[in-house]
Amino acid sequence: MTDNNHQPIEKVSIVVSKGSLEGVYPGLIMANGARMEGIDASLFFTFFGLDAIIDKRMDKIKVATVGNPAMHIPTLLGAIPGMSSFATSKMKKEMETLDIPPVREFLEMIHDAGGDLYACKATVDMFHLTKKDFCPQVDDIISVGQFYEKAAGGQIIFT
Amino acid sequence: MVVATSPAMTLARDADGNLANRADWTKEIAVQLAMEEGITELTDRHWLVITYMKEQFEAKGDAPSIRKLTKESGVETKELYALFPKGPAKKAAKIAGLPKPKGCI
Repeated sequence: MTDNNHQPIEKVSIVVSKGSLEGVYPGLIMANGARMEGIDASLFFTFFGLDAIIDKRMDKIKVATVGNPAMHIPTLLGAIPGMSSFATSKMKKEMETLDIPPVREFLEMIHDAGGDLYACKATVDMFHLTKKDFCPQVDDIISVGQFYEKAAGGQIIFT
Repeated sequence: MVVATSPAMTLARDADGNLANRADWTKEIAVQLAMEEGITELTDRHWLVITYMKEQFEAKGDAPSIRKLTKESGVETKELYALFPKGPAKKAAKIAGLPKPKGCI
């Protein structure tokens, strides 16, 4: 139940700025969860977060096993070839049992649920990408200014 | 002036406004609960979702995730949001006489 003293959240704009599995999923889960609650949601992918919507890369998002103290494995072990794939496949299995879909399916779900997906123009230009490089669910490539316009009246969440 | 009250209004509710006792649920009550959520008519597609949610709850003790619901009921995400606008899992659970779903997905 909503606290009587607070206005319920009606709209969220979520920025996904990282391209690792643990960098991408929180934003997707929050966007989907928002739609489930009837909250307007949009996702803005920027920098390496763009990997989550690049058609050729979105099925290959991996867990970072290096520079990630919460993995609880020594950095040098994390750097062994195949370690990231191994950790990713283990985590994906866990997620599947919790009914958390793969990135592509998750984005389709969010899109079909009425969530909007945007790519950041500055990053798109920097990486020399075009709309064709993205999955079909991506609504548009927008500038930071347009992002703020679209986010007006809601909460912005940076992940 | 006569104020029309529905029998559903007199039933015990939990903190979320869902039925406190699942045993109170009937199809007529479901229609009234749907009205409370602004759904004026329950179509066969609504019933498909409601029945599936009830079955899943009875089997698993919690409402299914939206992903499971769409895959197994045959009602796709877009249609689900059209049938139960502003929060399908939550609304379908309420109309089915179940508590609010606990899952995040």
